Amino acid sequence: MNRRILGQLLAPLLAAAVAIIVSSIALLIADESPITAFKAMWSNIDGTGAIILIVNRAVPYYVAGVAVAIGFKMNLFNIGAAGQYQLAALLAAAAGAAVSLWAPLHIAFVFVVAVVVGAAYAAIAGILKVWRGVNEVISTIMLNYIAIGISAFLLSEPLRNDLSGNLAATRSLPNSAHLPALDRLFSAIGFHLPGGVSLDGFLPFAILIGIGYWLLLNRSRFGFNLRVSGANPAAARTAGVNPKRMILITITLSGAIAGMIGLGPLLTEEFNYGDQFPKSLGFTGIAIALLGRNHPVGVAAAAVVWATIERATQPLSTIGIPQEIGVILQGSFLLAAVIAYEVVKRWSDAAEARAAAGRTPDVPMAETAIAETGVATT
Amino acid sequence: MTVAVETARPTATPRRGLSRTTTMWIGVLAVVLVVSAAREIADNPNLTSTGTFGVMVRTAAPIALAGLGGLFAERSGTVNIGLEGMMIMGTIFAGWWGWQLGPWVAIVGGILGGVIGGLLHALATATFGVNHIVSGFAINIIAPGVARFMAGLLFVDASGASIDGGSISNSPGISSPIGRFTLPILSGGDLFGWKSPDPLGWLEAREWFVISDVAGLLHGLTTGLTLDIILTAALFVTAGYLLWRTAFGLRLRSAGERPTAADSLGVPVIRYRYYGMVISGALAGLGGAVMVLFANRYQEGQTGGRGFLGLATLVVGNWRPAGVAFGAALFGYFQGITLRTSPEKLVLALLLVASLGLFVAALLAIIRRQWIPVFGFLILAVACGWIYLIASRPNNQFVYITPYLVTLIVVSARGQALRPPAQAGIPWRKGMQV
Repeated sequence: MNRRILGQLLAPLLAAAVAIIVSSIALLIADESPITAFKAMWSNIDGTGAIILIVNRAVPYYVAGVAVAIGFKMNLFNIGAAGQYQLAALLAAAAGAAVSLWAPLHIAFVFVVAVVVGAAYAAIAGILKVWRGVNEVISTIMLNYIAIGISAFLLSEPLRNDLSGNLAATRSLPNSAHLPALDRLFSAIGFHLPGGVSLDGFLPFAILIGIGYWLLLNRSRFGFNLRVSGANPAAARTAGVNPKRMILITITLSGAIAGMIGLGPLLTEEFNYGDQFPKSLGFTGIAIALLGRNHPVGVAAAAVVWATIERATQPLSTIGIPQEIGVILQGSFLLAAVIAYEVVKRWSDAAEARAAAGRTPDVPMAETAIAETGVATT
Repeated sequence: MTVAVETARPTATPRRGLSRTTTMWIGVLAVVLVVSAAREIADNPNLTSTGTFGVMVRTAAPIALAGLGGLFAERSGTVNIGLEGMMIMGTIFAGWWGWQLGPWVAIVGGILGGVIGGLLHALATATFGVNHIVSGFAINIIAPGVARFMAGLLFVDASGASIDGGSISNSPGISSPIGRFTLPILSGGDLFGWKSPDPLGWLEAREWFVISDVAGLLHGLTTGLTLDIILTAALFVTAGYLLWRTAFGLRLRSAGERPTAADSLGVPVIRYRYYGMVISGALAGLGGAVMVLFANRYQEGQTGGRGFLGLATLVVGNWRPAGVAFGAALFGYFQGITLRTSPEKLVLALLLVASLGLFVAALLAIIRRQWIPVFGFLILAVACGWIYLIASRPNNQFVYITPYLVTLIVVSARGQALRPPAQAGIPWRKGMQV
């Protein structure tokens, strides 16, 4: 057990080392000093203000990561989080702007619309997989493009606020559907945030989603079935788990959470869905889930790492260092991490096998078999 | 004993009625009739014009190359969802080398860029046993970053000023265009300096039912082709030969179908999976280079998901080169008609095609006595026809989603008939009992 925990920590460290080496080489090729660059990066993330900005950025990443992770947990590759959240955010924005309600109810209403749309859209892929055997990777990729087309159509006229403007967007949400920042909460307990920054109001929801994910996985029968189906589908089926039902529920659940990816930006920042709405959160979510090994806490750590790299590298161009080094860092870290996880897993599996072999008496296989069946002399 | 084994094996059910080839030709004929009829009724010659098919070929080539790349990967046992990333690597290298050294070197550069991506994927999957989807996605995430980083180094100087009109999001233009070719005698190409007649073009202009449509298709396929597209076509023929007629192809496919059995016969499975990935990356990178040659420069985001479309053609095409080419042509065709006609006319024409096509499908289902599909097809056909009749202000976005919708429908309808390589996507290690 200790060896496993050690391995879990060793892999990311190894990956980080590889990422730093790779990006140092890239910086050297670009004729920049890696030491200057990394010092500058550190200065960008040093301080309370920077940490709060990183957390804000990590919040939607975390939701996206959890949405993807829940599918990955049973080897369902929901590539479609991108389409699910875009469609969900668009329809939730439009529906939220169309009604006026008491504030908490209004926010709840936007949530429900987003969750239902995300779940329903993901369910298409689930139904196709269960009913027609369509690989979910293919169907969700296609559904992503279809969602982009549908969103473009809805924004071109039916749900567009201002037909004459250059930027297409839905009507803005009324004040009752704005999620307040957490600053006042902090002030109430006597902690004052530095000026100019405020903590994302969606953070508590992201934490709730994470806790819910953890409880579902580790404290519910469904979560147990989910993990077994992922680890050993044959065993799960033998134990009476209906694989089709599991697939359908899991992918729908993944879509339901994906529906909430866009709610952070929508309710705290943008207040409408339009051309400027962040569109790449789905893909980022896949990276985060992979890095975080689909674990509720691991995904959170991955989201923070991802956001930290972005926060650290984005201001670099002002001092003449290409800020694209951030994507190189992220990418090499991700690839190195997935390889390192695999290598460490093999290493600990082999160690476990050796340990198990050490516990059993040292009898060659063939002799044991002969002794047990008693047919050696025939 | 032998007899028992023979009878126990599920044999192919004897086909009633028509042979597979006949069915295929009937299908082709039905499609031609439907599209021709739609062109007549909707009065939209661009449904089957040379221009439309010309755009089709241009659009289809990169998708087809990505699909063929996916084919080599999956046949050798590796699922390559990183095609998009490898195409992006191809575009940046092609833009860089093409700007420096001309179009043919751009092609070499594109191939090299893709191979780098392919080797990375092979390293992660074949050597380290990482999940193929995971590794492929990681490559898709890295590649745009690498491309942008390289563009910042290559096309912009230290002070941030543009070099030769390049910027961080596009390369300078390629020094000279790649050659073009038009088939002589049939499509009016030059033959040793003699301008030959253009009978297909003449036929197309007559707007005769079916004849002009087929002429438009052939004319479009043989007019003004750039040499990289001819190279693409040649690669498809080569790939079919290589995979199914040579020892190399047999070994490559055995690594994807039964790696353990192949290993027991002395095939170095891991090495063949590397071969498959190198070819796969090279083809995807070439696909990127084809896009660069068409745009005459590298542009950020140029690939626009064509790697994923290539993956879709692989599934639609049932993991066969001809199927991949057909799938890519389908995507290209929709792109072609989108570019060539006004959206209103086009959507109407497409709805009509869909409606007529579904009626034909319903008829075929009646012949085969498959009653449930008959109802499905009829309802859809009536729905499409109804929309065709009432639609007054359709939108371009529906054309945009059509190819994706078609893929989804094809994959759903043919899901049971599709047969991917048995062990594609499953990490294999020497000594595994699979």
